[in-house]
Amino acid sequence: MPDAHRAPRDPLSVTALALNTDYVGRVFGPGEPYEVSRVKIAEFANAIGEESELCRSASAARAAGYPDVIAPPTFAIVISMASAGVAQSDPGLGLDYSMVVHGEESFSHERPLHAGDVVVATTTIESIRAVRALTMLVTSTSIDTVSGEHVCTAKSTLVQRGK
Amino acid sequence: MSVKYDEVSVGDVLPAQTYIARRVDLVKYAGASGDFNPIHWSQRVAESVGLPGVIAHGMYTMAQAGKLVSSWAGDPGAVVEFGVRFSAMVPVPDDDSGASIEVTGTVKEKLGDNKVAVDIVATSGGAKVLSRSRAVVRLP
Repeated sequence: MPDAHRAPRDPLSVTALALNTDYVGRVFGPGEPYEVSRVKIAEFANAIGEESELCRSASAARAAGYPDVIAPPTFAIVISMASAGVAQSDPGLGLDYSMVVHGEESFSHERPLHAGDVVVATTTIESIRAVRALTMLVTSTSIDTVSGEHVCTAKSTLVQRGK
Repeated sequence: MSVKYDEVSVGDVLPAQTYIARRVDLVKYAGASGDFNPIHWSQRVAESVGLPGVIAHGMYTMAQAGKLVSSWAGDPGAVVEFGVRFSAMVPVPDDDSGASIEVTGTVKEKLGDNKVAVDIVATSGGAKVLSRSRAVVRLP
């Protein structure tokens, strides 16, 4: 809808953010190391209905050039959500989780996660902004092996309804 | 099934797929992903926060869209970049058939390094549930 057709914007809504903007730029983690396992990858693949052998058979994965079974691309959410959750649940931020819906998500992979990876996740609060009656919280989570290899960046936008 | 970079052209359409989200699928997804938000399994809680009922995890829908691309490429590891906007909720009725999610994709760009950009659209119940959705896939 063109902006001209929208209700006039309440000037207060631009500044009256429900969340604490002091948190923009704040970094959470790295958390405890997470070991990616064949069993968890298979469980996740089953849950989403991903049928690829590369998520279940180490020999098939090796034949395709991977060190072990690989995770589906959205598996990274298992790791990133736990890390971002630490940031999102910080009482000082003021997020009302019961009023939150997921707005956007993106993953940028250097390579697929595979069984045997031991990774840590670090979350940065990138932005907090008001869009009319909604508040948008953007976090970026870096997933890196314990030896420092960057594997994936997951970016999440949460939308808090009301205020 | 897998496609080769040299055989792909801009405008190619990925074979459309229909995926199903039933309550049991959301329960399995909650356990596998660790997202136990009750709006994805409790009618009571969903309604108490103003939702029409239990809704699918956005990430469940995103994962279905991911399968369209990974099955086309023949390798879930081929999906290098993947981003979506959740533009509508997917209500999941408490019955045996659940909600259906139709996913289509179109090759929008051939990039360097054997990568192609695929734009993805997912609809459910006539509503577009994923918009501005794009995957970058590395093909052999």
